[in-house]
Amino acid sequence: MSTIHIPPSPFNPSDLTLITQGAEALVYKTTFLTPSTPTALKIRPPKTYRHASLDARLTRARILAEARVLVRCAREGVRVPAVLGADWEKGWLALEWIAGRTVRHALDGWLKAHGDDVGSSEGLEVKGLMGRMGKAIAQLHGVGVVHGDLTTSNVMVESEEGLEGDVVVIDFGLAVMSVQEEDRAVDLYVLERAFVSTHPQAEGLFGEVLRVYADGYKGAKGVVKKLDEVRQRGRKKSMLG
Amino acid sequence: MTNPGTVLRIPHLQDSLVYVALFQSVKNSSFLRQQLIEGNTTYEYAFLDASTILSTTHVLAACFRAINDATANRLRTRNVHSEIVFALSPNNNIAESFRRFGVADETTSLLAIKVIPTTGTAAGDSSATDAIATHLRGAVEGEPAPFTDEAFAGLSDVTRIRKLYKAPAPGSSRKKTGVNGTSSSLQELKSLESIIIGSMAIKGS
Repeated sequence: MSTIHIPPSPFNPSDLTLITQGAEALVYKTTFLTPSTPTALKIRPPKTYRHASLDARLTRARILAEARVLVRCAREGVRVPAVLGADWEKGWLALEWIAGRTVRHALDGWLKAHGDDVGSSEGLEVKGLMGRMGKAIAQLHGVGVVHGDLTTSNVMVESEEGLEGDVVVIDFGLAVMSVQEEDRAVDLYVLERAFVSTHPQAEGLFGEVLRVYADGYKGAKGVVKKLDEVRQRGRKKSMLG
Repeated sequence: MTNPGTVLRIPHLQDSLVYVALFQSVKNSSFLRQQLIEGNTTYEYAFLDASTILSTTHVLAACFRAINDATANRLRTRNVHSEIVFALSPNNNIAESFRRFGVADETTSLLAIKVIPTTGTAAGDSSATDAIATHLRGAVEGEPAPFTDEAFAGLSDVTRIRKLYKAPAPGSSRKKTGVNGTSSSLQELKSLESIIIGSMAIKGS
């Protein structure tokens, strides 16, 4: 992939491979600290339509918010990508490279091979993966972190094929610290919607995520109950925005 | 005589090389410390107490931060070498970072680091590193050790490092078993390294 984006110093376009692009950030694969340490470099290029000083302030706040949540998770023993470096003035964040595939990708492959016969013996693999996802999300919520953009593309399975492998949640760009039942339930609701729209055949699988989630931490059951309420009315409670 | 150190190129830092040399059984730590205090310009190094260093990555993260901040003209300390010591610290107290991570009179294992600017020098020009090697060999009374994770593993005081970075003791974390099964001691060290490097990266924000 080629790019016209000019990365901030000290980075050089020839050392970076574009992986994905969102509304706010570009994610490159590169190496960091040693030539053999693969790294995800998240660059937030300046938005020229904003006033320069406002832009600098927002970039700084967003990079730091993401980095702080990740370091907080690491301190609490939750497996997330490690923060390897950051420069909030230049607008970049270097994160541990998580090798493997997104759950979305892994599920697509699995469903193609096995159909939606989740009840079969192979279905156990899928159930296992869903359970590990439920547990991972419960861990995040349990330490007071709400992800803000949970989708099957933001959860990685550390395996090159099959569904075995450790589960790691990524992209904490919208994450916040919160212990509100409402925020946690919305996290689950967003994931459920993502499931339904990307894997309609596998709708039943989300139940397994919730089943394991409910035993994940004190208060999880209340959140699952709250999820019913959120389903009734949608993601926004306040009617603002 | 062999070269006591290693020359490293840190990815993305085009304009510098980093010379690192690890010594154990060092006998003249107080002399070396004194040279830094007096501002002896022939002793322009970062001298670290290797017992506070967890791994090579730990060192490299401090070097990257210091060199990157030097390039961006936002050093908080006198020069890039003192900045490496400061970069290791989880807080913004410069004197404290030297007490905790810098060479002390009791230091027996020492890591010497020197940043070599490469702008304007031809590739493959080893005269600068040769001069450093010769100087260090004469200045440090100790046994050279390889700059490897294994060497640091034998020298580091992990309990003290945990305390310095206020990292939870192993096994104490509520979620220690993890989503994906039990954690081995290697994973324990990896997760400690994540906490340390992350804390260093976001410091000063």
